[in-house]
Amino acid sequence: MVGIVVVSHSAKVAEGICELAGQMAAPGQKLIAAGGMADGDIGTDAFKIQAAIEAANTGDGVLVMVDLGSAVISAELAVDMLDEELKSRVAIADAPILEGTVAAAVDASIGQSLVSVAATAEGARDLRKR
Amino acid sequence: MANGIAAMEALADVIIANKEKLTELDAAIGDADHGINMTRGFEAVRTKLAAAKPEDIGGLLKLVGMTLISTVGGASGPLYGTAFMRAAVVAHGKTAIDTDTAAQILNAAIGGIKDRGKAVRGEKTMLDALEPAYEAFTQAMAKGASLTDCLTLATAAAASGVEYTKTIIATKGRASYLGERSIGHQDPGATSSYLMLATLTAFAKEQEA
Repeated sequence: MVGIVVVSHSAKVAEGICELAGQMAAPGQKLIAAGGMADGDIGTDAFKIQAAIEAANTGDGVLVMVDLGSAVISAELAVDMLDEELKSRVAIADAPILEGTVAAAVDASIGQSLVSVAATAEGARDLRKR
Repeated sequence: MANGIAAMEALADVIIANKEKLTELDAAIGDADHGINMTRGFEAVRTKLAAAKPEDIGGLLKLVGMTLISTVGGASGPLYGTAFMRAAVVAHGKTAIDTDTAAQILNAAIGGIKDRGKAVRGEKTMLDALEPAYEAFTQAMAKGASLTDCLTLATAAAASGVEYTKTIIATKGRASYLGERSIGHQDPGATSSYLMLATLTAFAKEQEA
């Protein structure tokens, strides 16, 4: 299964999104929160994201969901710091972080490929509330 | 290597001393955290420097870069972190900085910021201070100027670059949400870049004296 990493400036936001998406995911689906700074402050930490990506990978690749601004730059730096083999199997989704993570978790849980899971996450941008 | 560590401590001092100013600048056009984030990063740098014994300037710059990446929190963390990490590659194995090495370090740092931020000059960013500084540095170097003279001219160009950021619209980062309302405000990232360059210049002059 494709692993999913949720990057937010807030540790609580990242953990909450993983909790919510986990309800929809199959047992064993990797959903790893990488939010906030080591000292608990608001922010993003590329090393924390890198470790989360490595932990989320079970061989089928990892989709990284990001919130705002520096989350994108930190996630890109984290991907650059991965070893070459894993780097080629990681994608950063250009998607709404909550809806995208829920949709991606469902898709990943049924064994879809990284390309499919990423497209599903990005497709969540068009989800209507009513 | 004591000099290199002292130079990095001087950078930490100037950023921490300007915490309020950088945050005020960021409050006008961004999310009011540049001074806070950079101070958190450089306080961590200061702690790391106290314990570390880097063997060369490359190791020293890498330590600073890694620390900024993991502690700053905002976009300036990966941006300055990448700048220091790229500079570290150039300075690998060196225990002193000559004019040519300084130019290469500045060029590598700028390349890191451009790659990481996908930015170019004229977008109201750090690059509006750093690229003119690099040009002034290399022009002076080509005329045979000393390291301190090159740095002095580079710092003056960076100061002009910071002034220039008041006249342009931000197209990167949080400030881009403001569009034309970002005109009239100087960029906090360009300001912190200028402060670091000015500090290294003053440090080099003290070494020479």
